[in-house]
Amino acid sequence: MKKHSLVKKAEIEKYIVLGFMLIPALAIFIIFVIIPIFQAAFYSLYKWNGLGPLTRFTGIKNYILLFKDKVFRIALSNNVRIVFLSLLLQLPLAIFLALLIGRNRFKGVVFFRLLFFLPFILSEIITGVIWRFIYNPQFGLVSSVFKGLVSSGAGLLGDPNTVFMAIFFVILWKYFGLHMTINIAGLQGVPKELEEAATIDGANRWQKAWFVILPLMRQTIMVSVFFAILGAFQVFDIVWAMGKGDPVHQAETMVTYLYKFGFQRFRLGYGASVAVVIFVICLVFNIFYQRLIRKGDK
Amino acid sequence: MRRKLFIALNYIFCSLLGLLILIPIATAVIGGFKTQGQLAVDPFGWPSPFQLENYWNILTSEDGLFGRSFMNSFIITGGTVVLDLLLACMAGFALSRIPFKGRSLVYNFFMIGLLFPFTVAILPLYLQLRNLGLLNSFTGVILSMTAFNLPWHIMLLRGFFKAIPDEIEEASRMDGCGYTGFFIKITLPLAKPALATVAVLTLVGSWNNYFLPLLVLDDAKKFPLPMGILNYMGQYMVNWNQILAFISLAMIPAVIFYLLTQKYIVAGLTGGSVKG
Repeated sequence: MKKHSLVKKAEIEKYIVLGFMLIPALAIFIIFVIIPIFQAAFYSLYKWNGLGPLTRFTGIKNYILLFKDKVFRIALSNNVRIVFLSLLLQLPLAIFLALLIGRNRFKGVVFFRLLFFLPFILSEIITGVIWRFIYNPQFGLVSSVFKGLVSSGAGLLGDPNTVFMAIFFVILWKYFGLHMTINIAGLQGVPKELEEAATIDGANRWQKAWFVILPLMRQTIMVSVFFAILGAFQVFDIVWAMGKGDPVHQAETMVTYLYKFGFQRFRLGYGASVAVVIFVICLVFNIFYQRLIRKGDK
Repeated sequence: MRRKLFIALNYIFCSLLGLLILIPIATAVIGGFKTQGQLAVDPFGWPSPFQLENYWNILTSEDGLFGRSFMNSFIITGGTVVLDLLLACMAGFALSRIPFKGRSLVYNFFMIGLLFPFTVAILPLYLQLRNLGLLNSFTGVILSMTAFNLPWHIMLLRGFFKAIPDEIEEASRMDGCGYTGFFIKITLPLAKPALATVAVLTLVGSWNNYFLPLLVLDDAKKFPLPMGILNYMGQYMVNWNQILAFISLAMIPAVIFYLLTQKYIVAGLTGGSVKG
């Protein structure tokens, strides 16, 4: 009998501790993350300025307006372009660098690793302002070095034809070090013995990289892909700092669009529909991603 | 011979890339020492006269914009690090060391947060903060930042706590420790490297965050550094030498911090196990 009540007491104590430890995190998470997500889905069906009750139910009208808007289509396509360009340019560069300086093959690799990661640590705003200076049409580095190439007086950021690529270059500049670092960590999980065995078998550098190392880095490369894609749909600060998505909306992303057309103009229902589109894209991508990962594990 | 050539090529490639990183940063910092006139005619040259004035002006200006933004960033970042660490530690511990029904359910619930970027929730979050009277307050920024960090950090810490051998827990039980004792006396000291990683990641993310404070804070007196920078730019649009000096000053703490803690940053981002 006594033993029984002792166990019970321990059990009660456990739940008190549990509640104390878990409830604060759960509460904050629910209030500031989970509820807003559901609210976004709900608000997107209304025309609403954020004040007063929700009365003007409009169904999917916000979504129709959204996809009819040319600016939103530019924003969406810019996000997709960032994804593809990242996977096409940034990822190969990052993997190549990881193979180059991931192992201590020559003196100074540690310095280069530190240096390449440095831009990641600078805030997006600082990065954006630095590059605004570099791209400045009057005294920027780019216009001074490539006098013939940069024809328009507005500079690369002022020209609707070049602004997107100019900003993408900065994104590349800022984040390739992050992806390099992720891939270096993955490379460190590849046993050196395998590489040595391949050398004995007469494989050259490229064969070793392609047939031995890269297949073993698959998991890490997938992590890198994951970060790149999720990051691409969040781009805001850097674009904002380099001209707020202009000229003529050519550098708009979905988040700058959401901020400008939803938040700044008090069209909260409309803005919420942008959020839902981002959410759905991320969800679909996540499902694909999980499938791909599982397939690889089998 | 071929090996030497290979290494030489490596050096050349890495150095070129390194220059591509350094030159923009260096021109910005050096530009902060120039006069506006020199900047316009000689953007690459060494500053002459070497003007410390730009930096001095910013640090001593009457509106105190730099110092105030710096302090605001400091408060927001400090608050976020403390709260985030506290909540993520406790939840991570509960979800790894205290057995209860529905534990994996609760864990997976938190993991929903990893599925989408926080921008998705930004508008309702704004309304939520308004309803709670937290708009235009540091508390509002700190709470929302923490909430969006939690899933990621709970995952990292739970993984670390889980790896602590059961024998250690049993031994602490023998010594009369309950869950709380085991948490404070054994788990936390053992987890120091993981805690450092989470703290450093939170710090960097919070220090650099622009979007969230932009949404929550209205009063220019409360702006943290990234907002302060764009604000300053708006005021001194033509004086690039001043602007460059301003961002150079803003860069210093981040760079120093990076050099001191890069081990933890890398460990955290790569999800690798941190060894003390």
